[in-house]
Amino acid sequence: MAYESVKVEKPLSLILLPILSVFTFFSAWELIVDTGIVPSTMLAAPSAVIKLFLIKLTDPNPDGAILAAHAWTSGKEAFIGYLLSLAFGLPLGLLMGWFTVVRGLARPIFELIRPIPPIAWIPLTIFWFGIGIEGKVFIIWLGGVVPCVINAFVGVRMTNPTLIQMARTYGASDWQIFVQLCIPSALPMVFGALQIALVCCWVNLVGAELLAADQGLGYLISMGRRLALPDMVVLGMVCVGFVGAVIGYAIERLECRLLAGIRR
Amino acid sequence: MKSADYASSQYICLERDNMNTPKIVCQNISKIFIQKGTQRVHVLQDISLEVRDNEFLVILGPGQCGKSTLLRIIAGLETPSEGTVLLDGQTVTKPGPDRGLVFQSYMLFAWRTVMGNVEMGPKLNGVPKAERRKIAQHYINLVGLQKFENHYPHQLSGGMKQRVGIARAYANGPQVMLLDEPFGQLDAQTRIFMEQETERIWQTEKRTVLFVTNNIDEAIFLADRIVSLEGKLPGRMASVYDIDLPRPREHTDMKFLHLRQMITDASTLTL
Repeated sequence: MAYESVKVEKPLSLILLPILSVFTFFSAWELIVDTGIVPSTMLAAPSAVIKLFLIKLTDPNPDGAILAAHAWTSGKEAFIGYLLSLAFGLPLGLLMGWFTVVRGLARPIFELIRPIPPIAWIPLTIFWFGIGIEGKVFIIWLGGVVPCVINAFVGVRMTNPTLIQMARTYGASDWQIFVQLCIPSALPMVFGALQIALVCCWVNLVGAELLAADQGLGYLISMGRRLALPDMVVLGMVCVGFVGAVIGYAIERLECRLLAGIRR
Repeated sequence: MKSADYASSQYICLERDNMNTPKIVCQNISKIFIQKGTQRVHVLQDISLEVRDNEFLVILGPGQCGKSTLLRIIAGLETPSEGTVLLDGQTVTKPGPDRGLVFQSYMLFAWRTVMGNVEMGPKLNGVPKAERRKIAQHYINLVGLQKFENHYPHQLSGGMKQRVGIARAYANGPQVMLLDEPFGQLDAQTRIFMEQETERIWQTEKRTVLFVTNNIDEAIFLADRIVSLEGKLPGRMASVYDIDLPRPREHTDMKFLHLRQMITDASTLTL
């Protein structure tokens, strides 16, 4: 076709301004702590956090594990909970969107459970599972299921009704319409769910680990509080943010590749 | 043209059986919609018409006169409030593969290629892959989209999208083609070209066609017969015109212009 690819330069301000803002933010933070405006017992300076980061790469003291082990534990819990919430929430949401029976049965229970924050389940999960991985996976799963169900449900409900009629004129059965029309139509919303559910899972992971854990990034934060080490608290926070951002970026790339055909 | 056999064989038999009976009969069709729970909107009133086998019938009328509703009733997507639609003597109650529908807004599957869209009908009905590919390819060629089989709808122009819509309807092997303002979204030049293409396609593979339009030129250019509806609700039959101009027709032919004048004068538009 008569399309030529043209390289468009990103405006210089969009490259320089983010660098400037990040640089200013960290310098100000460092200065506030170094000059003693905020005492170092209340907030750790970036330099202290970096120093601790380098130490924690190899030293399991004082909290019992090196940083990689914490990140690995958290990542494993979050990943299992996340996958389980996708495996359960997406099919349920999709089916609720198309089949009246499923909607009628599942909706009231879902609406009752949905407003309860997953963190509120922590005491019960400690009764049930102790402080092992199962309890945390359960909390993470609860947090991830809700956006999965809602997005998949809405995605199916938003299927163009004329397309459904069109499929009917071609003799498609209910199940064929669901599989070949509603699910592809819902895909953009489903991919939105992958992102939102990940955030929910990750947030609930930290919540769960703050209260019931013996390892993990959330545990690192709570140990930092107990040992009165603000640099450890901040390090834990930074790691949670960084790992979450990396996973989010990976999912976005995946979505771009899978949905290439649908983009207009 | 071996691959055409699948679609055309069934209708040839029917043609022999029903040489003189009409293909579609609409008997006293009325339609009342209930809007917002309580409001009654009378859309169609007492429409009776017969469509002959392999006839190109155009339903002509301005916007909001119920012509699309009439087509949707014949398609089986709406039920008439009164009256019945008979297809080959059988009452129409729901959509079926014997009627292929082409929508104004294309209605293609954005996530499927041209081939994937055209082979949809046979695929849904369980035709094996090799065979449905052959059928689809035949109709893709018929509408002039060869080399575009692997393109996605967003890579096509409006005219090409509607060609896909027409090929898709044909590929399902319908006896009747129902086209609902298929070229309403196209620019004027593409529209005229697509009208010529429609005529060519119809001449190559004849079907009974019901074509809804608001464009008088388009109606005269394509129709064996024009049924015009009144320009206000409820839609009633205004008049029927037999168009016996030789095909292909010329928009500037004197007889064409004369007919155009006559139909324009007869249509009353009340704002």
